[in-house]
Amino acid sequence: MAEETVIVEEKKKVKEREPLFSKKNKKLITDPLDENNPVTIQVLGICSALAVTVQMKAAVVMSVSVLFVLLMANISVSLMRNLIPNRIRIIVQLVVVASLVIIVDQVLKAYLYDVSKELSVFVGLIITNCIIMGRLEAFALGNKVWPSTLDALGNSIGYAMVLVVVSFFKELFGSGKLFGMEIFGNATEGTGLYAMGYMDNGLMLLPPSSLILVAIYIWVQKMRNPTLIETH
Amino acid sequence: MDLVNIFIRSAFVDNMIFAFFFGMCSYLAVSKTVKTAVGLGFAVIFVLTVTIPINYLIENYVLKEGALTWMGDEYASVNLNYLTFIMFIAVIASTVQLVEMIVEKISPALYGALGIFLPLIAVNCAILGGALFMQEKQFANIGQATVYGLGSGVGWFIAVVLIAAIRERIRYAHIPGPLRGVGMAFLITGLMGLAFLGFMGFEI
Repeated sequence: MAEETVIVEEKKKVKEREPLFSKKNKKLITDPLDENNPVTIQVLGICSALAVTVQMKAAVVMSVSVLFVLLMANISVSLMRNLIPNRIRIIVQLVVVASLVIIVDQVLKAYLYDVSKELSVFVGLIITNCIIMGRLEAFALGNKVWPSTLDALGNSIGYAMVLVVVSFFKELFGSGKLFGMEIFGNATEGTGLYAMGYMDNGLMLLPPSSLILVAIYIWVQKMRNPTLIETH
Repeated sequence: MDLVNIFIRSAFVDNMIFAFFFGMCSYLAVSKTVKTAVGLGFAVIFVLTVTIPINYLIENYVLKEGALTWMGDEYASVNLNYLTFIMFIAVIASTVQLVEMIVEKISPALYGALGIFLPLIAVNCAILGGALFMQEKQFANIGQATVYGLGSGVGWFIAVVLIAAIRERIRYAHIPGPLRGVGMAFLITGLMGLAFLGFMGFEI
């Protein structure tokens, strides 16, 4: 009797293939959005997160570029993970990422020239964006293709979230616009809110304000989720 | 005079950390104690001063439009600019490896001090960022490019040592829980950045 149940259980185990969106896989996507956010908790990929946030359009284009590069890099490194010799894995990863970034750069130059000009060197800096190297090292090298895909999606969306929130405040209060559309009226003609004496906050356009905004983001996030608070 | 100006500009006015956020990841990671900050700071100065001139030569004799003229007139119209990223990162990764081996042979003491930081630098955005800005700025000769590399490295060094000192000082301060650690580091860097804005337009 006992043996039979064991056999039945074993059969069950063989039959039970992991569904595409099992609990574990879902966690791969949702974790980086809050509890394990690449920017605010893992503290990776900050250079670009802070530098391209003056306008929402640039921030969105940057997020999409990072999404593409991280997704493709995670998938290809995960496919090659058994072929890459351990000693030269950093160089292999750099070459994969650099080739993908060249594609992104050429596409941006061809179809979105003004945004590409504004992002300037920061498109190239996706190569050394620690989120990408970090995810390749920590995840894609040791996991199958599907979990790596989900991991890439989750992390790049987590990255995009911070970028969009920071650039929203910077563009709205720095130049009174969102995606280039005037929200508070026209500053030079003095219409809308500007007629009542409202003024743009020039500080918001300067680099230090993004640092302060990210600090506030971290503050709010950790206040909502006290388990993330660092102890020392 | 020109060289002094480039040095001051790259170290203070266009400071890597406060103006462009280059190398923020390692900046936040090593700034817990002054000792490690000084180690990584020197390593960054070293690698920037070595890689920027090399990348300058590559840019001017291989990548630029018409840069291959020295190989013969038929190469005058070749433009390899789209290979910039992969060439620069290859140069940086191999230089870092080379520097690591040379330092290990020549000065084991320095290797002991920089050792763990050197490999990390290959993926530090400050190095690639410096090279890409060098390309954008179109320096007239290799001397200017070298001084630019040195200045940027010194600027990074100053920033990382300053914040490490501040973070050591406030270790036992009473900070609101959610801001402890990374949050406070961001806030302090923002305030330091505001102070560094004072250098704007500074010229000799």
